[in-house]
Parts: sequence; structure tokens; C-alpha cells
Amino acid sequence: MGRYVLRRLLQLVPVFIGTTFLIYWLVWSLPGDPFAGKCGDRPCPDAYIAVMRERFHLDEPLVVQYGRYLWNLLQGDFGETFRGLEVGELISNAYPNTIRLAVVALLIEAVIGLAAGVLTGLRGRGFLDNLTLVSTLFLISLPVFVTGFALQIFFGFELGWIKTTVAKSPAPWEQLIAPGFVLGSLSMAYVTRLTRTSIAENKHADFVRTAVAKGLPQRRVVGVHLLRNSAIPVVTFLGTDLGALMGGAIVTEGIFDIKGIGNLVFDGIIGKDGLIVTGVVTLLVLVYLLSNLLVDLLYAVLDPRIRYD
Amino acid sequence: MTDPSTAASASSIEAHTHVLAAEHAGTETAGAPGKPDKPRSLASDAWDDLRRRPLFLIAGSLIALVLLMALFPFLFTQTDPGYADLARSRQGPSAQAWFGYDNQGYDIYARTIHGARASIVVGICATTLTVLIGGTLGLLAGYYGGWLDGLMSRVADVFFGLPFVLGAIIILSSFGSTGTTSVAQIMFLVVMSIAVLSWPVCMRIMRSAAITAKQQDYVKAARALGASSSRIILRHMLPNAVAPVLVYATIALGAFIGAEATLSFLGLGLRAPVVSWGVMIADSRDIIRVAPHTLLFPAAFLTATVLAFVMLGDAVREALDPKTR
Repeated sequence: MGRYVLRRLLQLVPVFIGTTFLIYWLVWSLPGDPFAGKCGDRPCPDAYIAVMRERFHLDEPLVVQYGRYLWNLLQGDFGETFRGLEVGELISNAYPNTIRLAVVALLIEAVIGLAAGVLTGLRGRGFLDNLTLVSTLFLISLPVFVTGFALQIFFGFELGWIKTTVAKSPAPWEQLIAPGFVLGSLSMAYVTRLTRTSIAENKHADFVRTAVAKGLPQRRVVGVHLLRNSAIPVVTFLGTDLGALMGGAIVTEGIFDIKGIGNLVFDGIIGKDGLIVTGVVTLLVLVYLLSNLLVDLLYAVLDPRIRYD
Repeated sequence: MTDPSTAASASSIEAHTHVLAAEHAGTETAGAPGKPDKPRSLASDAWDDLRRRPLFLIAGSLIALVLLMALFPFLFTQTDPGYADLARSRQGPSAQAWFGYDNQGYDIYARTIHGARASIVVGICATTLTVLIGGTLGLLAGYYGGWLDGLMSRVADVFFGLPFVLGAIIILSSFGSTGTTSVAQIMFLVVMSIAVLSWPVCMRIMRSAAITAKQQDYVKAARALGASSSRIILRHMLPNAVAPVLVYATIALGAFIGAEATLSFLGLGLRAPVVSWGVMIADSRDIIRVAPHTLLFPAAFLTATVLAFVMLGDAVREALDPKTR
């Protein structure tokens, strides 16, 4: 187990370096002057530009810049923006909001998705099954921003049940329910379908028949024997989804005006402030890679037949 | 469907999307469940099955309608989608304009019909490019294995680690900031950024299908008879590995149309001279409280089109998978 984790962690290193370098290259080779419009209506004085280029090492080759950035990053230093703000501080202010949003979304999709999937998987063909299939199809085809606007208009402006914008930071949990639902709605549909297929397949497995024959109560058969064996595809999906949720939060955060990293990175791209973008994306890639590793380790817990040696 | 990478989870026919390198070794236990013992081919079986599915018929006629709109918009409307009159700005649906007018006074019905073309073109081009890149690399990685497979899989991991929306924003703002207004150039950029971020999904699907096909007896027989690598790959492995990619491509086509709309909505995808559903939705963003119909109609067409492709993919997958018969 320990050796497996170590090997996987070593495998992450090239992927991490590759992804961050790709982002670094894309962001810092942006055509256009990063200092355009930074000094009001006039063009920036040459002395200012020279000082800034010197300070941010913009005249060095890209690889050297990247190496310097990575070295600082290893020491926990995200660098600072052109305005002199600490990127690390900006991220640590914004990140809790996005994590809260992603946790709410993950909880909603896991609870509703699993419940609906188990229910329809056990019942088999029928009205409820068809209803779930049609509604998940619909959720899958609905773009996130349409869901977001629809909920915002209907529950926010018309009924007044939810707050249309979550401007406070840190965001209060109860105000994140609607945005979390919007963010998690697509994945909720996938979780439902995966659970349903998996349960329907395992329903007729030998170990379930044995458990029923032993006289175990229905609850234990479904809750322990069936669910645990059907959980692997669902857990895989939820794990990879955590990374996707954080990246996909840009749209949701924009609609509900949540002060999270999605907003931060969008402003960074528009304002050509490369260090914000690279910092946030590096963090997201790290979260994505580690959650994938966690999922692979969970396999062994869920299914004792899987061993890592 | 905002993040097309999730389309993969809906499209895999078999559960072996993640085949480890060790599984390259030719164990015959995998056994293809897709081989019928009847003399008819799997494809004709699937087609017979498809024609009787209501899901397929609904999806097929919806797609045919949208394609007709994209090819011959003048069959549906005579109004010029580029003619704006501020006097009728934000007017609701009426007998003259079924869907009403938008902020600039454009006829929404005409624009929705004409917008189908851009959305469909972007979807088809992005899907073709994704399947070509991902399919070729996946087939090669699956056939040759070894260091080539390892290298390609790591490169795919690098692109896979980027969240889709974020990666597309960065690519589009890097290359799109030249301020071009040429329609072809804008479309090309959007198509490229979608394909560059999506090919790893297609490659993984193709790779695992190719590895399964490689272990079959007919491939071994072909090799024993002295067939060349290119013949084995093109004549024996490709036809037997193409089914899961086909399903993925159908669903991805819908997903890419949604992705184009999302990027346009963020102000980075297609823009002004181009008429597309995403552009219309982006235009309606600031006025949805006073004129919700400007959002409603393009969004409804967009959702229906994506729905049609996802349904088609679902139907094709069920028809190709003998377990669900």
C-alpha cells in the first residue's frame, strides 16, 4: 500500500509539471502589453515599465521564469500581482467560498443522485424509472447558465425564497444551497444513472441471493451488500467530479456573484494578471490529481478483492 | 451540458475505460460480449434494434429538423436576421414576430433559425477534430503499447488535468486577443480550443477498446497469417473498436454545442457578426429580468438540440450493447 501510494505520487510529478508549464506558457505568451491601461488614460512611462519588467523578470526566457516560479511555489510563495497584492492572500480569501460551494454541490448530487438511483435500480422498469430517465436526460442537456438564470429568476426575483446574489465573504452555507444545486445538477443526473445501472446489474448477483437466503433484513441487503458493491463507478465519478466542480464554478460564481476563485481567475484573465491565473490553476490541478489518487485508494476499501502491492 | 469531459462517463459501453498497462498482456479471459453467434453482423442487429426505439425516432427527427434549419434557414423564415430596429426593442412575442424582439430590435425567431448553423458547424467540426486526434492516438497507443502508450497517456493526463471551462478561457483569451472580426477565424479558434481540451477523453475510450480488440483471436490469426501492422489496425481493430467512440462522439457533439454556448456566454466564444444561440444568450444576459423571452427561446432551442444528440447517443449505446437487449 505504502509503495503504491509513493509510486502514484511520483507519477503525479510529471503530470503536474506538464500542466502547470502549459498554463504558464499560455498565460505569459499572451499577445498584448500587460501594462496597457495600468496608468489611466496616458501610456505608462518607460521608467515604470522598465522597473516592472525588471521586478517581474519579464525579460528572461520563459523556461527560466517558470523555474523561478516553481521554486517560489515550493516554498509556499505564490508571488504578487502587478498591483502588489499577495496572490497567496487573494487565493486564501477566495478559496473557502469555492470549497463551500463545491461541498454543497457534492452533497446535493451524492444524496439526491444516490437515493434516486437506488430507488429506480431496485424497482426496475416502470413509471418512476421512466420519469427518472427523462428528467436526468433533461438535466444533462440543460447548460449550467440556463439552470442558474432560471432558478435565479423564479425563486429569487419572483418568489423571493432565495437571495439572488451571495456577495458576502465567507459565504453563509444556507445561501449556497441554490448555487450548489445549479453547480451539481449535471453531475446529479450522472450519479443517478450510474447508480441505477450498477444496482440493476448487481441486483441479481449471487452474493445478494445468498444474503437474502440467509434471512438478512432487506435494509442490510441493500445498504451493505448491494450498495457497497455498486459504489465503485459512483465513487470514481464523484472523485473526478470534485476537480471539475471547482473549475466549472466559474459560471455559477458569475451568475450568483460569489466571491470565489472562479471570479478571481476570470478577473485575472481579463486583467492580464498572469500570476493569479497560474496560481489558481496550479491549485486546481493539484486538487484534481490528489482527488483521483484518493479515489483509487478508496477502491481497496470498497472492494476487498482489489489489492495494491 | 457545460463540461464536455463528463460526456465520457455517459458513453463508455464497457467498464474498462481505465485499462492499466499490465493488462496489455494477452489474456483471453476478457471475452467480447459484443460478438453475436448469429450470422448477422452486430451493426445490422443494432440498426434493426434502433429503428424500433421511440427514443431514436424522436431524437432522429429533432436532429433532422435542426440540420434542415442549419442548411436552409430560408425554408423557415423570410426575415433578415441582421436587420435591427431600435423602435421595437424588447417587444414581446406577437403575430409579426413569434418570439418577439431582442434588446437591439432584432427578430428573435429569425435569429434563432439562422443561429442553428453556427452552433451546428462548431459542434460538428469540434467533434470531427476530437475524434480524429483522440481516435488515431488511442488506436496507436492501444496497438503498440509500451513506451509509446506510456508517453501518450501521460501527455493526455496533462491535458486532462485542466478543467475544461478554465482551459478554454485561457486558450481563447490568449489567441483571441488579436481582436479579429473574421467569422471563419473566430469559429476556428473556438473549434480548436474545444478539440485541444477534449481529445484525451476520446483517446482513453479508443485505447481501451483497441486493447480489448487486440486480444481477440482474429487479430492473432491475422498476425499469424503475416498481415502488416497497418492492415491489422485498419481492417481488424478499427471496425471492432469504433463502437464506443461512435457513442462518445454522438454525445460529445451535443456537449460541444452546449460548450460553445457557455464560452459565448462568458464573452469569449463566437461574437457579434456571427449569429449563434450562445451569442443570443450572451446578449440577453443583462436584460433577462425585464425581457426573459430573449433568453427563453434560444435557450430552449439549444437545450432541445443537445437533448436530441444525448438521446441519440443513449439509443445507439443501448442498441450496440447486447446486455440490454
